[in-house]
Amino acid sequence: MVTGASSGIGQVIAIECAKMGANIIATGRNEERLNETLNQLEGSGHQMIIADMSVQEDINALVEQCPVLDGLVHNAGTAVGKPASYVKLEDLQYVYQTNVYGVALLTKGLLRKKKMAKGSSIVFNSSISTYISAAGWSVYASSKAAINAYMRTCALELGTKGIRCNSVVPGMVETDIINSLFFTDEGNQSSMDQYPLGRYGKPADIAYGIIYLLSDASTWVTGTELVIDGGRMLK
Amino acid sequence: MELTKFIENFAGEFDHTDASVFTADTVYHNLDEWSSLIAMCIASMVEDEYDVVLKGDDIRNARTIGDLFNTVKAKM
Ligand SMILES: NC(=O)c1ccc[n+]([C@@H]2O[C@H](COP(=O)([O-])OP(=O)(O)OC[C@H]3O[C@@H](n4cnc5c(N)ncnc54)[C@H](OP(=O)(O)O)[C@@H]3O)[C@@H](O)[C@H]2O)c1
Repeated sequence: MVTGASSGIGQVIAIECAKMGANIIATGRNEERLNETLNQLEGSGHQMIIADMSVQEDINALVEQCPVLDGLVHNAGTAVGKPASYVKLEDLQYVYQTNVYGVALLTKGLLRKKKMAKGSSIVFNSSISTYISAAGWSVYASSKAAINAYMRTCALELGTKGIRCNSVVPGMVETDIINSLFFTDEGNQSSMDQYPLGRYGKPADIAYGIIYLLSDASTWVTGTELVIDGGRMLK
Repeated sequence: MELTKFIENFAGEFDHTDASVFTADTVYHNLDEWSSLIAMCIASMVEDEYDVVLKGDDIRNARTIGDLFNTVKAKM
């Protein structure tokens, strides 16, 4: 299952996992774009389920409808960019509901209904913003830091069931989210200069790391954060 | 929505630029203190005060404070 499979990184995760032979449950809110994802998946046995991660009933329905899973990617996420002095309760609720509460409630639902198979893997999509601060991203960065801490606790609790939990920590990846990020051209260029490999990431750069964490190549890996950032953390 | 008040709100986001510098014709991209953080503060101020959500492009494309005032007005 890939959440946020209707766009950006999530769409490519679904496509690349299908190439590796996975049966995909693609979920998201936008039916049209989810269909586009589904149409690009190799092989058969894939399905899409529309669900809003900020709505408990949708999460319940998603859990009900899905089969037992070998892998889950918590990828759906959203952001608000504004300075701390302007952050409102609504901003916190908007971001946390999807990025944190949705993740915790979907995990809980799947575990309670025994929908995570023994030996399965859960991957969380965090962000480098938890380590490298950028002005204006307090709400987003703190939501992603919460996810890493949540992931580690789950890894500890679920070890005995053989369920592994890990995060990927991506640097800047070229998707719709970042098109809304920059308010000045200089901001965009000076940010790219910070990447030793000279470019922002592509969705596939992140998808391959996630595939590693989902696959049996990582059966002894749990509770870790895999940084995929073109070297940004070196600066 | 009033231009003078808008200019005053705009100027309020700067810490080191004298208030007298800000007029409708000020090309804000050229101000020494202009930065991506101030741009973000202006967008947040506009959302708070005028209930208008500005995109990165709106702030990049407007040249003067007067232009930005017109952008905001058009979105109200
Ligand atoms: N791009 C980057 O630079 C970057 C860096 C680090 C981490 N990340 C993380 O990577 C993940 C994917 O982001 P992206 O860059 O691919 O952005 P994106 O293209 O905007 O995709 C976001 C996805 O999340 C889904 N989503 C958002 N809110 C949702 C909700 N309430 N319920 C269900 N689905 C929801 C969207 O689904 P619908 O469109 O169907 O609503 C969409 O499929 C996010 O968690 C993001 O924080 C991105």
